[in-house]
Amino acid sequence: MTDQTAGQDMIAADGMPLKKSLAKSLQREKMRALMLIAPLLIFVLITFIFPIGSMLFRSVENSIVQDTLPKTVVALQDWDELSGELPDEAVFTAFVEDFIIAVENKEHTRIGSRLNYEVSGMSSLFRKSARKVKKWDPVQDAPFRDKLIDVDKDWGDPATWSIIKTHSVKYTNGYFLNAIDMQRTAEGAQAQPEDKQILIKLFIRTVKMSLIITGMCILLGYPVAWILANLPNRSANMLMILVLLPFWTSLLVRTSAWKVMLQNQGVINDTLVWLGLVSNDARLEIINNQFGTITAMTHILLPFMILPMYSVMQTIPPSYLRAAKSLGATNWTAFWRVYFPQSIPGIGAGSILVFILAIGYYITPEIVGGTDGVFISNRIAYHISSSLNWGLAAALGAILLAVVLVLYWAYDKIVGIDNVKLG
Amino acid sequence: MKFTKTLLATTALTVAAGAVAAQEMTIVSWGGAYSKSQLKAYHEPYSAKTGVTIINDDSSAEAVAKLRAMNEAGNVTWDVVDVVAADAMRLCDEGLAMEIDADTQLAPAPDGTPASEDFGDLLVSDCFIPQIVYSTTFGYRTDLVGDTPPTSVCAVFDLENYPGKRSLEKRPINNMEWALLCDGVAKEDVYDVLETPEGQDRALAKLDTIKDSVVWWSAGADTPQLLADGEVIMGSTYNGRLFSVIEEQKQPVAMLWDAQVFDLDGWIIPAGLSEERKQRALDYIYFATDTQRLADQAKYISYGPARASSAPLVGKHEELGIDMAPHMPTDPNNAKNTFLYNYEFWADYRDDIDAKFQAWLAK
Amino acid sequence: MGMIGGAVILMGLATLYITVINNEKLSRWLNLALFVVAGFAFAQVGGIVLGLIYGSLTSWFIFWLYEGRYRRNLLPYLTPGQVLWHYTFRVICGAIFVFLITPILVVLPLSFNAQDFFTFTPEMLRLDPDGYSLKHYQDFLGLRADSNGEWLRSFKNSLVIAPIATIISVSLGTLAAIGLSQSHVPAKRAIMAILISPMIVPLIISATGMFFFYSDLGNFMENTMGMNKNFVGYVKVVLAHAVLGIPFVIITVTATLVGFDRSLTRAAANMGANPVTTFFRVQMPLILPGVISGGLFAFITSFDEVVVVMFIGSASQKTLPWQMFLGLREQISPTILAVATILVALSVALLVTLELLRRRSERLRGMSPS
Repeated sequence: MTDQTAGQDMIAADGMPLKKSLAKSLQREKMRALMLIAPLLIFVLITFIFPIGSMLFRSVENSIVQDTLPKTVVALQDWDELSGELPDEAVFTAFVEDFIIAVENKEHTRIGSRLNYEVSGMSSLFRKSARKVKKWDPVQDAPFRDKLIDVDKDWGDPATWSIIKTHSVKYTNGYFLNAIDMQRTAEGAQAQPEDKQILIKLFIRTVKMSLIITGMCILLGYPVAWILANLPNRSANMLMILVLLPFWTSLLVRTSAWKVMLQNQGVINDTLVWLGLVSNDARLEIINNQFGTITAMTHILLPFMILPMYSVMQTIPPSYLRAAKSLGATNWTAFWRVYFPQSIPGIGAGSILVFILAIGYYITPEIVGGTDGVFISNRIAYHISSSLNWGLAAALGAILLAVVLVLYWAYDKIVGIDNVKLG
Repeated sequence: MKFTKTLLATTALTVAAGAVAAQEMTIVSWGGAYSKSQLKAYHEPYSAKTGVTIINDDSSAEAVAKLRAMNEAGNVTWDVVDVVAADAMRLCDEGLAMEIDADTQLAPAPDGTPASEDFGDLLVSDCFIPQIVYSTTFGYRTDLVGDTPPTSVCAVFDLENYPGKRSLEKRPINNMEWALLCDGVAKEDVYDVLETPEGQDRALAKLDTIKDSVVWWSAGADTPQLLADGEVIMGSTYNGRLFSVIEEQKQPVAMLWDAQVFDLDGWIIPAGLSEERKQRALDYIYFATDTQRLADQAKYISYGPARASSAPLVGKHEELGIDMAPHMPTDPNNAKNTFLYNYEFWADYRDDIDAKFQAWLAK
Repeated sequence: MGMIGGAVILMGLATLYITVINNEKLSRWLNLALFVVAGFAFAQVGGIVLGLIYGSLTSWFIFWLYEGRYRRNLLPYLTPGQVLWHYTFRVICGAIFVFLITPILVVLPLSFNAQDFFTFTPEMLRLDPDGYSLKHYQDFLGLRADSNGEWLRSFKNSLVIAPIATIISVSLGTLAAIGLSQSHVPAKRAIMAILISPMIVPLIISATGMFFFYSDLGNFMENTMGMNKNFVGYVKVVLAHAVLGIPFVIITVTATLVGFDRSLTRAAANMGANPVTTFFRVQMPLILPGVISGGLFAFITSFDEVVVVMFIGSASQKTLPWQMFLGLREQISPTILAVATILVALSVALLVTLELLRRRSERLRGMSPS
């Protein structure tokens, strides 16, 4: 056989060279696989990836200053913001021209709000100035420098103009800087004042707490999954109900339940006091702190750990353990060297699920977390729904996404993503 | 199959419903007892009068973000939205709410006083039509505060005489003002002090003295629950919530009417409505904010009507049959020492101070 | 201290029963009576209940230990250490199950609270009928004068939206998972990352981002295709929830397919089955567990989702979690506990029925439960 193939190609049954035939069938198989994936891929791309991408794009998009004050931005090009002097009359004239148009289009307050994210007071500066400026005529009332300073003394402060110039770029790194407790200034990126630094701390706390919660879920989930997988079907199914019930119960109900359980006058404290284990004036502080958050979130996420572990453990034949023991392994060795390695895919799938879900939570930390329990998502929600600073929210979201992807990648390197089983 | 059937059935039903009620409008509010009071006082009489079907959407908490998204997408589905005054200002600044001229577009008082005078100072934004005056104030457990019930807001900061937990809202607004007041700042100077970084630090330092005894709340329903549980001995919340705890739920709780912070809640009309919908929204607003209607709302909830001319018309509670006037935050007995929320200030400083406040909380 | 004292008392009792009385039935009854009386002396009605529980438990425990019943169900060759570990492990697992289920069992009674708070009132603790009422259930069912049927309406909405979203994500997701599990798929990792991204992006960002897309889609369907506004609203929420459920289906089904033996489909094809038949008769039954658990996750995602629906849906698509969220934020109302109780009761009934059916069919097929 080998002699034959040395010089010429093998021929398949239909008379084509085998290589070509194989390549063709491979191609066909690829196409078939892609056809199967295509509907979902297109669905997710259109309804999710694309919209989310454009949302995250807001973290760098910053055309509002250029669009609203086009002439001012051009005029400010020649001004040196580090000189400490006010810009010249040309800038003031350009600004008033832009501003009058902006007021007509009712856009002046929007740019005020945009700049107010950077320095407090800009919002009312723009709002108040508009009342006077809109009565001016760009030609007859010139020069404007002193007039504008008369309207509000802040216009006589070079810092005001510096802010406008610094944030007049079309694509800004400002939101990302804000997201890591820094700010974009005339002198480049600088740290925020110390008493406003919070976001990095929250990122670290979010990741740390999520890891602890994942760890707790592994600790508590493993024995339960083991016993479910090793009991006879009859009893295992009944116990499974105990796992599924919390899973079916609304997140909001479970969070409220933990509040009822943990609070100072709550069920746990009342019971302990009634049993005499804790005196009435030394009730345990177990809510509105990290303990409360970890307890409640571990409880909420535990089923996401147990179910994948259980389905993996079900496939591990119990005879392996017995075989190991009969070959002389101690209980511990048999478990650690034989059983545990086979259950790793389940732990992996469960951990990924729990960690990713935990890192994005905010309703539970908000309710039981007190001051220690705030996660980064709480801030994202605040900036989306209260401060309307969507650029910052998008930057925070993008960083969070990056953190998850990096961890996912690290997990893939260490454990291998194909080694994950969830069903 | 069954689900498809159900869906088809619902669709068929809604198609039919849509054909009959051509005139409908979506009004957004807060839900709960508050929406109910609006339903009784405004929606039902308005529907009876005009035949317009009113759809209630309880999305006010998400209104700012959702209005912005709707506006950018060019598809505003809401006709009238109930928001607090601070949000109304933000919406107005962002160009998301329509400007309204009080004198031409709102009903005058029965004696002919133009609406702008009848509402007076309460018209804090060009886009905002105030509806109620509410106040954020403290309630305390009568059985847990000892023999001398608190009479001043500074009891909150007095751990010696009133030991125990207290609940405060998890945001700087109101808390910073109370802290400065109790740190010896005169009422009229509070916002001047708060404008400076030193003043902000001073307020936080005062709050720091009770930080370990504070339970922070974020939803309006939290403090009533905490008080009912005896989890806190006093806590800040909206006066209407306290009214319900005291009068409807009969809990051992009493109201502390001191340095209560007046705030407003009212209507805005989203910008970018079609002419037809805009007219309908304006017509509704004209009806719903007239003197009698505002007074009617007080029958169902203990918030004060925003018009001066409505105050004398406030009657009895619809179900409990008690006189509502003494429970209004605007009642002279309750309003001996009040504090008016400074909208301009918070519009400028909210984000800045909030960042500081959160950083302080996390410390 | 109390614990040691209790242990000493129990030891004394045990000696009494075993050496003096030496009659199991009699001593168990005696023990029960003792504990009930003691319970009543300490804490009236509640004490009787506790006494009943403790009494039966302790007497069982004494004889369980004494008679060596603890070895009955175990392999006879285990060492004492292994037996001890066996039971310690059981106790640990029991504690975890208690942790899982107690919070839910504890709040369920609160749904019968006569007050509108999440508080065990003194009346409730005394088991006084006045402390209990069904008003929160009436509120859910829309039977009270001041309830407006919002709860039932949102429940129905959830029951329409969640299953349809699940069907969409399961069917599309299973197909894609089968495609992904073939060898030689180009850019497999990138595709996988895209498909599971809905799980990774923080919900509030997804909600805002998707709003724009669905608003455009809604405009198109209403204005160009002339569809009914309400119907379009449901379509939007269903599609959004379907996307959120997809990662769960993808992960579970691809995982099941990892262990799938490809020669089975080839064998089926060899025997003349067309791809569709092969899929439904050969592949599907084998990967069904994965599909089901993926579907379960997807269903729960939709059934318990509150952030996205509040953004994308409008008032007429209000789902149960949305209504619950309002119930918690605007007025503390134990109605959400009444809903939870009803759902828990329903799912227990469902799961138990399924289990009984399974046992029945096993019996009928003459299989012994393994």
